[in-house]
Amino acid sequence: MNLSEEVVLDDFRYAAPVSLQEATALLAEYGLRARLLAGGTDIIVQMREGRRSADLVLDLKGISELMTIQMNAEGMRLGAGVPCYRLYDDPAVKTAYSALTDAAQIIGGWQIQSRASIGGNLCNASPAADSIPALMVHDAVCEVVSHKGRRTVPVAQFCTAPSRTVLDTGEMLAALLLPPVVPQSGAAYLRFIPRNEMDIAVVGAAAWVELNATGDTFVNARIALGAVAPTPRVAQKAAAWLRGQPVNDATLAKAGELAQEVAQPIDDMRGTIEYRKHLSGVLTKRVLEIAIKRAKQ
Amino acid sequence: MAKKLHVTTTINNESVEFLCEARHSLLEVLRDRLELTGAKEGCNNGNCGACTVLMNGLPVVSCLVLAVEAEGAEIETVEGLAGHDHFLHPLQQCFLEGAALQCGICTPGFLVAAKALLKKIPNPTEEQIRFNLSGNLCRCTGYDKIVRAVQAAAEQMKETVS
Repeated sequence: MNLSEEVVLDDFRYAAPVSLQEATALLAEYGLRARLLAGGTDIIVQMREGRRSADLVLDLKGISELMTIQMNAEGMRLGAGVPCYRLYDDPAVKTAYSALTDAAQIIGGWQIQSRASIGGNLCNASPAADSIPALMVHDAVCEVVSHKGRRTVPVAQFCTAPSRTVLDTGEMLAALLLPPVVPQSGAAYLRFIPRNEMDIAVVGAAAWVELNATGDTFVNARIALGAVAPTPRVAQKAAAWLRGQPVNDATLAKAGELAQEVAQPIDDMRGTIEYRKHLSGVLTKRVLEIAIKRAKQ
Repeated sequence: MAKKLHVTTTINNESVEFLCEARHSLLEVLRDRLELTGAKEGCNNGNCGACTVLMNGLPVVSCLVLAVEAEGAEIETVEGLAGHDHFLHPLQQCFLEGAALQCGICTPGFLVAAKALLKKIPNPTEEQIRFNLSGNLCRCTGYDKIVRAVQAAAEQMKETVS
């Protein structure tokens, strides 16, 4: 880094709306000149480094419907601004959506999790985002709002490229909607990083399984991989293959092989293409094992 | 000149007011305006934890909190650790006695994060200490003495029945 360059934030206007209506009106007015602030752990860094800029920073934390977790018979509605720690500190959420809470516990460290939101992690759309494979296997749907109204988008379709999503100018993520818990099901997220904590995924793998009553056969499964493609990816073929298969080492290994097929990683400082493809298979197998264990509990 | 915002907040149990621009971080205001230089700028992007303060009881990296977000919040910094009687907090005492610092730049962040940890988990395992303090980096000590100091403080705080 050139030490003579100052890494500072340019001036901007700060607003803290108290309703979605107020927020979306401001977004409509400012368009691309507005940036949303939830936890700030991505956007402030990016603005400081000149990668993103804004005339208006909209602090969303005063909008209660963006900051609440609702769980009922229809599943969970997770406000887009809810910080990570509130997910894993909630025993009901941890039990019901364990891949998501696995991810929430390892996004950055404690200081980041006190502020960073799952919604923000999704909208930042890093190829290596930890929450996205987890959201995918939980079959999450995005509730998107603008001053024109509401629409829904499956998480699996939300990210289109690194740092790019389907959000149009003036749109924002309001909530994530997750389906209710299915009996005999379990989910998990695993990540490989060079350090022990506080690093970006070399490979991330999430799995959700539904077993039969005796726990020896797969009724249904979902698998997703992160950090091995421009966007996180659902391993559709691997998951579909598992349906009806017995639960054993051979079927898990096969699922790992099939999941590897969706991995199209790059070489970078954290790993080579070959290593990442290999890890995709290994982590898929391991994360399935954890999901199965949880399904039997 | 950019418009100034007026912020009222509580820092180490005292009511504090300051003026700042929207773009100023809490870290900048603590250090440059309020002369609370305990929190350090190690990276300015949320990676190192040297700027850790507690915000409503939770550890946060103050470099990624806008100063204006402190409005109505309760902030605790390392300056608030020692009691008004000037006795060091058990964490500070154990860090000193255990030589859990060399250059000391990471230390305020570790102390504040460890304070929050011992409130959340009064008797943490070594694994829990390392995991929960993973957001604090140290380039000098190799972490072992820091972990031992936190364990020693936990032990000492257990014995102090409140």
